[in-house]
Amino acid sequence: MMLAALIGLPLLGGLLTWWLDRAATAARWVAVGTLVLTLAVLAAVWGGRTTAFPPPGTWLAEVYWSWIPRFGIHFHLAMDGVSLVLVALTLVLGLVGVAASWTEIRERVGFFHFHLLWSVAGVVGVFLALDLFLFFFFWEVMLVPMYFLIALWGHEQRGPAAMKFFIFTQGTGLLLLIGILVLVLLHHGGTGTWTFDYLDLRDTPIQSRYAFWGMLGLFLAFAVKMPVVPVHTWLPDAHTQAPTAGSVLLAGILLKTGAYGLLRFAIPLFPEASLAFAPVALGLGVASILYGAVQAFAQDDFKRLVAYSSISHLGFVLVGLYAWNAWALQGALMQMVAHGLSTGALFMLAGLLQERLHTRSMARMGGLWGSVPRLSAFVLFFVVASLGLPGLANFVGEFLVLLGAFPDHPVFTVLAAVGLVGSLLYTLLLVQKSLHGPVGPARTTADLSLRETGTLAVMVAGLVWLGLAPQPLFDVAEPALSSLLRWADQGASLTLGAAP
Amino acid sequence: MNAADLPLLLPWLILGGGALAVMGLIAFARRHELVAGATLATLALALVLLPAATGAGTAMVTPLLRVDGFALFFTGLILASALVTGVLAYLELRRRPVQQPEELYLLLLLSTLGGTALTASAHFASFFLALELLSVPLFALIAYPVPRARAVEAGFKYLVLSGASSAVLLFGMALIYAESGALGFADLALQVPRESGGIGLYWVAGMAMILAGVGFKLSLVPFHLWTPDIYQGAPPPVAGFVATVSKGAVFAVLLRYGVDTGVFQAPGPAAVAVLLAVASMLAGNLLALLQENVRRLLAYSSIAHLGYLLVALLAGGSLGVEAAAYYLAAYFVTMLGAFGTVSAAGLDGREVQDQTDLRGLFWRRPGLAVSFTLMLLSLAGIPLTMGFVGKFYLFVAGVGDMLWTLLGALVVGSAIGLFYYLRLVGLLFQPPEETAPPPRSDRAGGAVVALLAVLLVLLGLYPTPLIDLIGVSAAG
Repeated sequence: MMLAALIGLPLLGGLLTWWLDRAATAARWVAVGTLVLTLAVLAAVWGGRTTAFPPPGTWLAEVYWSWIPRFGIHFHLAMDGVSLVLVALTLVLGLVGVAASWTEIRERVGFFHFHLLWSVAGVVGVFLALDLFLFFFFWEVMLVPMYFLIALWGHEQRGPAAMKFFIFTQGTGLLLLIGILVLVLLHHGGTGTWTFDYLDLRDTPIQSRYAFWGMLGLFLAFAVKMPVVPVHTWLPDAHTQAPTAGSVLLAGILLKTGAYGLLRFAIPLFPEASLAFAPVALGLGVASILYGAVQAFAQDDFKRLVAYSSISHLGFVLVGLYAWNAWALQGALMQMVAHGLSTGALFMLAGLLQERLHTRSMARMGGLWGSVPRLSAFVLFFVVASLGLPGLANFVGEFLVLLGAFPDHPVFTVLAAVGLVGSLLYTLLLVQKSLHGPVGPARTTADLSLRETGTLAVMVAGLVWLGLAPQPLFDVAEPALSSLLRWADQGASLTLGAAP
Repeated sequence: MNAADLPLLLPWLILGGGALAVMGLIAFARRHELVAGATLATLALALVLLPAATGAGTAMVTPLLRVDGFALFFTGLILASALVTGVLAYLELRRRPVQQPEELYLLLLLSTLGGTALTASAHFASFFLALELLSVPLFALIAYPVPRARAVEAGFKYLVLSGASSAVLLFGMALIYAESGALGFADLALQVPRESGGIGLYWVAGMAMILAGVGFKLSLVPFHLWTPDIYQGAPPPVAGFVATVSKGAVFAVLLRYGVDTGVFQAPGPAAVAVLLAVASMLAGNLLALLQENVRRLLAYSSIAHLGYLLVALLAGGSLGVEAAAYYLAAYFVTMLGAFGTVSAAGLDGREVQDQTDLRGLFWRRPGLAVSFTLMLLSLAGIPLTMGFVGKFYLFVAGVGDMLWTLLGALVVGSAIGLFYYLRLVGLLFQPPEETAPPPRSDRAGGAVVALLAVLLVLLGLYPTPLIDLIGVSAAG
């Protein structure tokens, strides 16, 4: 019940904000209230447990209702540590999104928050679904409100950007469906029963030739969402054109659904095929790290730069996932959270700058430190956070990924580490161009308001906390990750890289 | 046939009797409301009494008709959409009065009778007769004398092409009869050659001609050329009727023919059908991209959707029938809703033609625009709608039968389709032009569309009732 409420509350809140369309301020507060209430429910589910966490293989909470008995489809939600962390991230970033659009969105405010809340609900559903049909359902449904967020409230080129985003992600979603169905029909062929349940399908023994194609369908869908080079081309456009809240949600959580899909579904369901595929995936991850960094270096548009840096950072997540050992997985999860916070904040800052300067071009900025010191200080903080300054969460994530990947894949790891140098270059360039130097043609004196400062300060606190004391997050995620590791190892005849 | 068979024929008897009654009403008491009311009552009565026919069990009534769950399911679907068409047509005719609106209802009833009879046909003779009964009233319906320039052109085009295709179909049946000496589907089943070696020339030619004739009625590529013109020219409710009832009934009989005789699992016809399906999916979606006119867009979209449906036909078996039944139900609701929107969104007597006529609809008629958005999302196969579950069914059937080529085309076609559906959705939500006049809106038409949208979402979120119904009837 509690888990269904995590999805149901944003849905209901969304309807309420739509109904309050004319009363803009009321709609905003309803959105805030809904998300806070949902966070409270989440806290109740979690119950403050850290050490007395459910042992591997069991769930913190579960919902299991019959839905489409014809195909053995259930409304099956369950939460473990990984889901808990990601759902919490989703809700926090939803709040950031509401705060970031407080003054930016002036038209159809209620309708805007309807889409925002529904997109949050869809993502929460993705992180909780344990029935593959339900997962696919949420996977597709979360795209629609995001499409509207970009297409209706975006910037100059919003139409094409939203279209590209939708076609890329929805089109490859059908490959995901085929991959799922291959697995389901193999199970049906073997046992005569229809089921879409994750736990049943995980035990399905499958011949390698089907497994490879099924795994590929899942991998492609998730890779597009992450996004991985070379299927990343929708991302810079979508990010650049989306309204601030859209960018925050997109970077902060929608990209994570791809990584989550790999972690929860693609690798455990097809362990052997994934093991065979790992070199390719690692190669693509390294390519993303390097290519994203190089591209980011060449951008003049503030949001485009951050978008390309996202590709680079998500490359680390991909490397961590396919290294597939305890350290690398912890690192990947930490990197997901850290990237959600730091990049979400950078997109929020980009939105604040655009609101004040009416441009995203860094060539037109410059000397901002003199006129808006508080805003500039936050830019500097999040920029150095995302390049991986020790003491902040991003460093912990990237370090653990590299540490976990090195024993088995030294070459890939060394190349990935080169990407760190790249990120140093483009972030310093950003600081140099926008904050220092002579004052550019676009200038402002309006520094951050209390609301904006407060929102950003929360994210700073999160990054510092996870950077200095990451252990609580590791403790929460550990049972879930070790259960995933154990399952995949049982499935694969070869042992996947054991924890160093 | 004996008296015991009469309850089985109840829906058809009611429809036939209703048609006679409506004819009498037109002759002696020509009043629009009265005739419309009698027609809708007939359709509703037939629909309500459908379960009575189910209770009587399954039987061959004469060698021509087979009344079983399959026939009754599709009959119900057709009756329901004829009912919606009747309501929409009544609203359309009230909004744009013509001299003699009453005959439209008579034609509608006759065509519905043909369509429902087609679903029960298990013999080439009834196949052909019912098909003609379905098509001939359409000539007049399409060109129905609403003040409209393109209507007559559209009617003529349909008349000529439909006549030619019926002739081709008939010739094909004759050739197959010459080879096999059988006309009933059950007898034909014994004669279908399973190996590619033993196929006679008559078989090949006959099968090809039947596929061509049926392909025309289903507007599969390359027999699709009539579709956009008809959809553009006909009154919107009639266009919706052509898109749903006429195509659905023909598909039903084709499905029965395919399942009974197993012909689409034989190598030759299967290859041809795959070709038609892939061509329809790709060409339909690609050509839809180029359309400015929203009715032509829907026409090409329906071409693509019939291509998708062939996946279920080729998969065959009870899963294929189930998939086809669900997909057709979703398609019926969606298409009726789409044409209902086109009909209801007209401004001050001006019809909706170009996509730009729908620009900013959301700001004028939010309810209608949201309903239409749901219809378009359903056509695109996005969750929350029946279209999603329908597409899911097709994928299950396709993967189950390993039809990889078709599934590939389905993925590509769907991705292309997203583009024009979303473009139209985007247009609905754009800010309106300054000069937009205060609307004289059609609340009743909007309400019908809204009801369809509610149905679309309910059965999209919780499809189990419909799946169960299909399980006990169509695929039983």
